[in-house]
Amino acid sequence: MSRRKPNEEYDKTMAGRFFGWLSGSKDPYLGRVEMQAQEEKVLPSETIIERMREAQMRRDKVYDPEANTLARLFHKIYTASAVLFCIALVGVLLVTVSYLPPSGNADNPVNNVVSERYIEDGLQETGALNIVSGMILTYRAFDTFGETNVLFIATCCVMILLMVDDAILKKQEAMSDRRFEPKNDAILQGTAFVLTPIIFIFGIYIILNGHLSPGGGFSGGAIIGAGLILYTSAFGFHKTQRFFDEHIYKIAKITALCMYGLIGTYFYVTGANGIENHIPLGIPGHILSSGIILPINFCVGLEVACTMYAFYALFRRGGL
Amino acid sequence: MDFVQNFPCFSIILCLFAGIISSGFKDKAALRINTGLLVIVTFLNGATLLYTLETGESFVYVMGKFPAPWGNEIRAGVLEALTALFFCVIMLLSLLGGRHKLLEEVEAGKTYLYYVLTDLLLSSLLALVYTNDMFTAYVFVEINTISACGLIMIRQNGRTIEAAVRYMIMSLLGSGLLLLGLCMLYDLTGHLLMSNIRQSVAQIAANDAYVIPLIVSIVLMSVGICIKSALFPFHAWLPDAYGYSTVSSAAILSSLVSKGYIFLLIKIIYRVIGFDIYHDTRIIDVLFVFGLMGMVFGSLSAIKENDVRRMIAYSSVAQIGYIYMGFGMGTEAGMTASVFHILSHAATKSLLFIAAIGLTDVSGGSRKFIELTGAAYRNKWAGAAFTVGSLSMVGVPLFSGFISKLLFAQAAVQNHTKMLPALIVLGISTILNAIYFMKTVIRIYTPVGYSAYPSITFAKMRVYAVTLIAFILLNVILGISSQPVVDMIRQGLSMFS
Repeated sequence: MSRRKPNEEYDKTMAGRFFGWLSGSKDPYLGRVEMQAQEEKVLPSETIIERMREAQMRRDKVYDPEANTLARLFHKIYTASAVLFCIALVGVLLVTVSYLPPSGNADNPVNNVVSERYIEDGLQETGALNIVSGMILTYRAFDTFGETNVLFIATCCVMILLMVDDAILKKQEAMSDRRFEPKNDAILQGTAFVLTPIIFIFGIYIILNGHLSPGGGFSGGAIIGAGLILYTSAFGFHKTQRFFDEHIYKIAKITALCMYGLIGTYFYVTGANGIENHIPLGIPGHILSSGIILPINFCVGLEVACTMYAFYALFRRGGL
Repeated sequence: MDFVQNFPCFSIILCLFAGIISSGFKDKAALRINTGLLVIVTFLNGATLLYTLETGESFVYVMGKFPAPWGNEIRAGVLEALTALFFCVIMLLSLLGGRHKLLEEVEAGKTYLYYVLTDLLLSSLLALVYTNDMFTAYVFVEINTISACGLIMIRQNGRTIEAAVRYMIMSLLGSGLLLLGLCMLYDLTGHLLMSNIRQSVAQIAANDAYVIPLIVSIVLMSVGICIKSALFPFHAWLPDAYGYSTVSSAAILSSLVSKGYIFLLIKIIYRVIGFDIYHDTRIIDVLFVFGLMGMVFGSLSAIKENDVRRMIAYSSVAQIGYIYMGFGMGTEAGMTASVFHILSHAATKSLLFIAAIGLTDVSGGSRKFIELTGAAYRNKWAGAAFTVGSLSMVGVPLFSGFISKLLFAQAAVQNHTKMLPALIVLGISTILNAIYFMKTVIRIYTPVGYSAYPSITFAKMRVYAVTLIAFILLNVILGISSQPVVDMIRQGLSMFS
């Protein structure tokens, strides 16, 4: 039987020191070796920036056409080949044009049954005095619906890029974008006061007479949009928002496009299935005539006016 | 007339309506409208496919009461319905798989615009597939271009804006060339409707009248579409656009947008110009050469890349090269292989993008390969899906990529003059594909004892995992039971001419 040693005695033995070192309760180096905690290496932020700048400078030097002859050569060859390619393309296209059928010739392939029917029967079939309106809104109504959607999607993309939050918009209100111009320009406001109603009425006239005279939804809508832009630049966004803010913009846009879509769908489906459609053509020359052209012109005009104004407002301050 | 014949028209119009109405709603409602729309449109196109298979012939749908050369028309056959159905399914899966990233990466309050864009994008894709009129095609190409730009830049950081600007410039150049070619063709034929143009072109070719303008217009249209679908020398915009945009956008752009343009080119070849005349212009040889170059150089760029998303993007360049090589064969078999590859690549590439995002998410959001080590253990589903996608891309049997490579090889053997280059480059490209895809697979399955990044469990990503399973199933189904699909493609192509 081994005799148990008291603790103080045991600690001094070899085994006691070893097991103490093993369990970590005793550090043999403590107090005998000079020890210092390692300092964590912190790069001062200036050196990081300096190093980044150095890397950038190196990169600049490599790609600098002044220093790098290879880059200069490449740049020269690149420019020269681009110019040559453009000239070649222009040449090919010009040569091709000379081989095309001469314009104005009665025997050209373009003068065929298609345009013949548009011109001769267009009036009876669409009820529109303006053949172009009749063509794009009745014969080829689907393409024009697509075109209207191009405008719609273009506004969506501009919104993604430029639309800012309402809160930021409010903050920026104080920092006006009129730093370099007077806030209430008397001449501009006077002119806008006179011109805006006339522009609006002219736009509405063009839209409503789209089937009777040159014009239609696209051009009339652009005119109304121009009127809205004039009003806004003269009187500011606050006054415009009293009758045209984001909410009303959305309602107007969606109503116009949906109405166009519904009329269009009714027209396509009845036409394709051979069902009689109940849209009266009316008497050619009257304001209420020509079937689907008048309402579609109205919708297109509304959509185009909204788009024009939305572009202006988004580019100017990032919100309607 | 059967009621089913209305379905192609309904699906296009429904997409437009959904986009318009979504623009007035908040994010959640727009999401619901979008998902509902995709399900409905998938069913509509499925019904159209069944109907065309049953009747065995295509049908023409007059948009409005004015018939062929005067009004607009759309046309549906087996190939159109099959492609449209496929596009809808892929789009649905891509959106489901990338939804959680969309919420992170897109500014809150602007997500609804994303769904507006995808609705309109789908409408334009369907219109490109179904149209029978060149001008309608051009109008919807415009919608397609603008919405694709929006999809790239909706995740707003510097690189996506730059990528969107590049994409915009290149894509508009392509549209411009397409429009120029179209104008010339109209000047020569006096028609915009595809079948009428084809009759007139056949007459012109028979009379030897306007040979030069005809060739120039064909070249302009082909080059325009090549630029838009990123054929080899025009692919500079692609890696940034696919690499930095939000993941659903990358999947949709790579698997649908470029394929929509390629499908339009197929329509131009068969339905507008006529296969024989197009073949005689020798443009087909140019497409063949650039396709071969794309297959090699795209893969080489992918091997160099140290960013997994950009690597997958460069792989798209190679795969687009395969499709154009199939066109370049100038045979029915080559075309069948190309169309099959359109479907198989669409299914595989979107799977790879969606799986890659799962892997990078469990690696601290880094796309560098060194960080991805062992990522497949941290996200098992994404790892398995990425492996399936890689194997399919390399061309391992059981997966869809194998069938398309087999079809390409068969087509090459039938063509005596182009057999040797096609087979050699096919072999080289397969090896290069294997190098970079297998490198990634080995990397993600290399075990690391201790990882700084936590694993993710199934319960936390149900929708994502189910999407991946659906993608894997789609790939395997295309790979195992490919014969019905190939038969459908053959039937559809014979309906074209």
